[in-house]
Amino acid sequence: MIAIINYDAGNLASVSNALDRLQAEHIITKNMGELDKADAIIFPGVGHAKPAMESLQKNGLDDWIKNTTKPLLGICLGMQLLYESSQEGGGTKGLGLVSGQLKKFDNHKQKVPHMGWNTCSLTSAHPLLHGLDDRSYFYFVHSYYAPLNKATIASCNYGTDFTAMVAEGNIMGTQFHPEKSGDAGHQLLKNFFELTKRQIPVN
Amino acid sequence: MLAKRIIPCLDIKDGRTVKGINFEGLRDAGDPVELARRYAREGADELVFLDITATKEKRKTLVDLVRRIAKELNIPFTVGGGIGSVKQIEELLHAGADKVSLNSAIVHDPELINRAADRFGSQCIVAAVDAKRTGDHWNVFIKGGSENTGKKAMPWIQEAEQRGAGEILLTSMDRDGTTDGFDLELLQQVNETVSIPVIASGGAGTIGHCIDAVKKGKADAVLAASIFHFNEIEIERLKKEFLKARIPVRLT
Repeated sequence: MIAIINYDAGNLASVSNALDRLQAEHIITKNMGELDKADAIIFPGVGHAKPAMESLQKNGLDDWIKNTTKPLLGICLGMQLLYESSQEGGGTKGLGLVSGQLKKFDNHKQKVPHMGWNTCSLTSAHPLLHGLDDRSYFYFVHSYYAPLNKATIASCNYGTDFTAMVAEGNIMGTQFHPEKSGDAGHQLLKNFFELTKRQIPVN
Repeated sequence: MLAKRIIPCLDIKDGRTVKGINFEGLRDAGDPVELARRYAREGADELVFLDITATKEKRKTLVDLVRRIAKELNIPFTVGGGIGSVKQIEELLHAGADKVSLNSAIVHDPELINRAADRFGSQCIVAAVDAKRTGDHWNVFIKGGSENTGKKAMPWIQEAEQRGAGEILLTSMDRDGTTDGFDLELLQQVNETVSIPVIASGGAGTIGHCIDAVKKGKADAVLAASIFHFNEIEIERLKKEFLKARIPVRLT
């Protein structure tokens, strides 16, 4: 069973609908007892980093996420919060599970937000990428981006190269919205769902 | 490379599509969900549902419809038409809409953009602007192009961006309903004015018009209704022609 973390900062209906289409059993919860029982966690998020982080802290979920060993997939803002910090909101401290700081796209160079369908360079053989390739399009909507680092498993370019997908042990994340990314997104969520049934590779 | 988007628009009344739709093989062409599914299959990148239901009581139908669409559709969709409050926006987003499009309400109450963007993020707030040529510039019109607000389009679009709109849905009221092509001059000016994505609407009649909107008008996305509904242009063919014109598109 997959648990979608509910912390008042996400379009939970979309993720839940996507899991329904995959026939993946899931619950939406902020209750740590229920999270403890789940096989895997989806950590969604849209909106601003600062209130989202505050909402996590208020519910004690920040420590729960930092300590979990379950496969966890952060989506969009959910992925961004996995990093050490973000420039958003004059500087917001993140969960620190992945190193690096989120930066803002330069709206003098291109339109911000980066909104729409884009392809990625897959730079790893991570099982999350099974069945996907450099021609797969994913749906992005974001104004801040994660720079590339050793945990990057797929990069995207929008004026600058940035991390489209990240994986570090049990912690994974996508900057795009797999739940809105057509067949490619469906495949990615299926890959995550499959991962939850077996042991997670450590990279 | 970021793909240019193709966006079919569906007009909805009392939970049904209204424009005559000429699709073979649909059990119920008036069912927005079935039509949406078909467009998604054909390669639409996004959909816009425009509610033209007049009465308040019927708006509950819209929320139910949005919920049904969200269950079925795995691409983003925007809902617009008569949205006037943060509470209504919240209802639609919770039902599963990815974005809401605001039009008349933000002309009367521009602050609504700030309230909505602060609460839900700019990414889901689309400012829809109906512009009509008035002398040497464009004015903002409401009520389907029948009422001139007296506001000039360019400063209004700039204001909408500054207040937190994440995207502009720009309809040329001079071209809307015609098949004479997009108002390229209007598109160019708006694209010079703002740094958020602009969706071109009003006037699509041929594939060439859509290519011009992107190449000459610098539009990020092209929206149309009748040319898709009547199958005059197939999305797949449109995308292939875009590729030939060296415009990046998502192939499915």
